[in-house]
Amino acid sequence: MWSYVLKRAGTTAVTLLAASVIIFAFIHVVPGDPIYVLLGDTATPDQIDALRHQFGLDRPIIVQYLTWVGHVLEGDLGRSIFFQAPVLSVIADGAETSALLATMTMIWVTIIGVPIGMIAAVRHGTWLDQGLSGGAMLMASIPTFWVGLYLILIFAAWLGWFPSSGYPSIFEGGGAANLRYLVLPSLALAAPNAALILRLTRASMLDVAREDYVRTARAKGIRPWQVVRRHILRNALLAVVSAFGFTFAALLSEAVVTETVFALPGIGRLVVQSILRRDYPVIQGVILVIVVVYLLVNLIVDLSYRLLDPRVELQ
Amino acid sequence: MRHDGAILWLKPFVARPIALAGLGILLATVLAAAFAHWLAPYDPYAIDPMIRLTPPNAAHWFGTDQFGRDTLSRVIQSARMALLIGSGVVVFALATGVPIGVLSALFPRLGHVLMRMVDVLMAFPALLLALGLIVILGPSVANAILAIGVGYMTTTTRIVYGLTLRLRAETYVEASRSMGAGTLWLIGKHILPNLVSPLLVQASFVFAFAQLGAASLDFLGLGAPPEIPSWGNMLAESRTFITRAPWLLFFPGMMIVATAFSLNLVGDALRDRLDPRFRQVFGEKG
Repeated sequence: MWSYVLKRAGTTAVTLLAASVIIFAFIHVVPGDPIYVLLGDTATPDQIDALRHQFGLDRPIIVQYLTWVGHVLEGDLGRSIFFQAPVLSVIADGAETSALLATMTMIWVTIIGVPIGMIAAVRHGTWLDQGLSGGAMLMASIPTFWVGLYLILIFAAWLGWFPSSGYPSIFEGGGAANLRYLVLPSLALAAPNAALILRLTRASMLDVAREDYVRTARAKGIRPWQVVRRHILRNALLAVVSAFGFTFAALLSEAVVTETVFALPGIGRLVVQSILRRDYPVIQGVILVIVVVYLLVNLIVDLSYRLLDPRVELQ
Repeated sequence: MRHDGAILWLKPFVARPIALAGLGILLATVLAAAFAHWLAPYDPYAIDPMIRLTPPNAAHWFGTDQFGRDTLSRVIQSARMALLIGSGVVVFALATGVPIGVLSALFPRLGHVLMRMVDVLMAFPALLLALGLIVILGPSVANAILAIGVGYMTTTTRIVYGLTLRLRAETYVEASRSMGAGTLWLIGKHILPNLVSPLLVQASFVFAFAQLGAASLDFLGLGAPPEIPSWGNMLAESRTFITRAPWLLFFPGMMIVATAFSLNLVGDALRDRLDPRFRQVFGEKG
């Protein structure tokens, strides 16, 4: 087990290292020299050279890369051109919103996707199953921002049940009640992902139902719902757990759009605004943070999969 | 499976009316794009401030937008952009994914390096990768195709790699090789023909998700330039008027859903007629 953990952690570290080269290169291939952005058009060649030297941009690229990695490991992701503040603190400001949005979304995905997927599998082949599976495919074909705009129109503008945009921190006035600002965004974000989990739960339950031990259990005369609960569901959910990894990744991507629709002060909206402001250090920092989170989540999912299912072959 | 004709391709659709409906919607979209000039009742660019934000009526079935432009005409015109982006992304994903996947499977040493590079690209969530590329390349239609395409290049490469590994281990491929067949012969005679059906499945899913990706980029203002009518751009513009003019939100969104849903239905139907050995290479996500 431990050798597997080490090996898997090693692969993650190598992938992260390779990804870091791409992320480092990003700032060097974006149009426009960062020095010109800082100094403006009126800078003299001497000023440019001086600043270039000050930032270490005149050193060999490999030295620049290693210096950058060193700074990143110390938690220094550079300075935001727009905010005139460390990138890490700019990202940290958006972290609460994004983390809570992701958590609420995952809760919706689980409580909507898994049970309905189970119902579809148990009623396999019936009209109910076809309706639910078809409905799930429809949900997976709807852009999240469109769902979001409709939720705003219906539940915020017409019914007035939920706020339409923004999110004050739960640590400010209002406390946990501020979570109501995240209800509509998390539902919009959950829609396509719950649909994927629904289809996966259904498919993996149908797979497990074909196993010999399920037939044996049935032959022994165990009540049908007991077979579903103890023999099929438990094993089928393993595949669902591993899918939470890529669901989380899809969620990080789609949050960019959802946070923009609902004007949430999260990391996703920060990326879009930084792109429009040409604040490259922030874009670079966010990409790095999201890749690290994504790789870590995948690592944890893989390892927990191994813990949950002793049959998984160690490689 | 190389020798089945059009009849066999249609079989999964006849058995499943809803997939046939999907095929019909796609055909309608293609026709709308091809004959946009004849089908559109008005000039999609014509501005008329007198009739701005008119709800759907007999003269303007889908209403008009904030400049008094006819929504139906713009929705029809936008089908062109949808097909252009979708087919562009599919062509890019296949043109890069197939060679990389096949060569990686046939030459394990090269494959080890290439597949690790694919893994690294897959560490970037798709939309984030697309946004990063747009920042470097600048927003335009061609760059949107490229930015979305890179994300699907990786999944296509993985699938082609998995399929080619399976095919390489087949007895007839081994036999052919032991009789002295060269690599090019193997690829042309045994590998590529067998990849056609699974790639058709992959292409329909990629086309579907490219629609959603392009709509997201347009919505963020980082896709097709705002002066080009596209369903995503129309939705982005409608945002300001959602309470005053909800029809502006409804029609372009419905078109995105209809095309993406149809493509998913078609992909699903094609997948179910696929060789069972290949089916498991496709995850639920396509």
